[in-house]
Amino acid sequence: MATNPMYQFNVYRIGPEIKIDQIDISFTNASLFMIISSISILFIFSLGSSKKNIVPNKIQLFAELSYTFISKMINDTAGSKGKPYFAFIFSLFMFVLFCNMFGMLPYAFTVTSHIIVTFVLASFIFVGVTIIGFLKHGIGYLKLFVPSGVPIVLLPLIVIIEIISYLSRPISLSVRLFANMMAGHTMMKVFGGFVISLGIVGGWLPLSFSVALTGLEILVAFLQAYVFAILTCIYLNDALNLHH
Amino acid sequence: MLKRIFFYSLILNTLLFSKLYSAESGGMPQLNPEFWISQIFWLILTFGTLFIILSKFILPKISNNLELRKSQILENVEMAEKQKKESEDKIKEYEDLIAKSKNEARNFFNEARKKILFDIDKKREQLEQEINNEIVDVEKEIIDLKKNAPEKINKISIETSSNLIKYLIGEEINSSSISAIAEDLSKKKMSKYYGN
Repeated sequence: MATNPMYQFNVYRIGPEIKIDQIDISFTNASLFMIISSISILFIFSLGSSKKNIVPNKIQLFAELSYTFISKMINDTAGSKGKPYFAFIFSLFMFVLFCNMFGMLPYAFTVTSHIIVTFVLASFIFVGVTIIGFLKHGIGYLKLFVPSGVPIVLLPLIVIIEIISYLSRPISLSVRLFANMMAGHTMMKVFGGFVISLGIVGGWLPLSFSVALTGLEILVAFLQAYVFAILTCIYLNDALNLHH
Repeated sequence: MLKRIFFYSLILNTLLFSKLYSAESGGMPQLNPEFWISQIFWLILTFGTLFIILSKFILPKISNNLELRKSQILENVEMAEKQKKESEDKIKEYEDLIAKSKNEARNFFNEARKKILFDIDKKREQLEQEINNEIVDVEKEIIDLKKNAPEKINKISIETSSNLIKYLIGEEINSSSISAIAEDLSKKKMSKYYGN
């Protein structure tokens, strides 16, 4: 049973079944890891912000470096207008990063390896960005689909392509994160299975692969969180500063 | 032998693996909608709480800390620069003071030397004056003595010669004749004795 590489993505109920009007909102292992990630983030950052040392200690340094890292990311991609959305993007990045990183622990559940979670996040961003765009530019936000300097003949085609690419943003954003996490964890599980099946004789090769993959997966966990946050910034930039 | 075991185990495992895999419900658990609503619910709950607490309580604190540090560092740098300038001014002042006091010391020394030299000159002059005076006095005395000496010698010679004659002859002779002879003699011999 445990050799099935997809088994690790199973969601199961922890505790009793909770139902509100026939809707099942039971507490599951996914919920558990969401709560663990959120509480870890809150714990680390409240520790990192509680003291006001001029020379920061390690945890304060971590909190402040994360703060400046994300604030710089927003400033670089969305400019100074993106400042009001800093808290959201910070929470988003930290949530995705911590969920990814907790997924790297053995026997842990990776929240972001589920398409529904990433899709809800991505569609929330998509809807939010679209609303911000229409609020800032009114109906002029539709100019986003009409790039300047395109010949009139090509314009209908380009507009259709732009609309499709805009509408596919939540899908690409969510599938990118979900697929990366799922693929990485599945691969690690498969190599782990090889270690067991080849035993002491030939297990060394997949074991060394597993070790290398673990390093790669930690990199991917960080990178995907970063990509998720920076793409959000880029979409936000489109909505805030209409360049087309 | 090892190779054979390796291959057997590989084949056995793949067989077992595929059997187990087919025994499972199959496919990806991600596409099973059983817990989708639950996941969405818990995601909104946890992420919403996280966002609210971070944006209301924690991020303003971090931003405050960063601002505070920035301003404090700027302040410190400013103060350090100010103090540096002050210390440089102080050093300059001290150097001026030292140069001034050196100058003063030199002046004092020069003055003292001048004074001492002046005093020495004065004393020497005085001494020379005194010595000159003494020399003049002594020379005067010598001249007086020189002047008086022939007269006294004459007198003494007249007296002695009159006494001698009296003793030899036993008769007193007129002193004027004796003095005439003595004077005559002394006039003749004077140049020989005094070398004038």
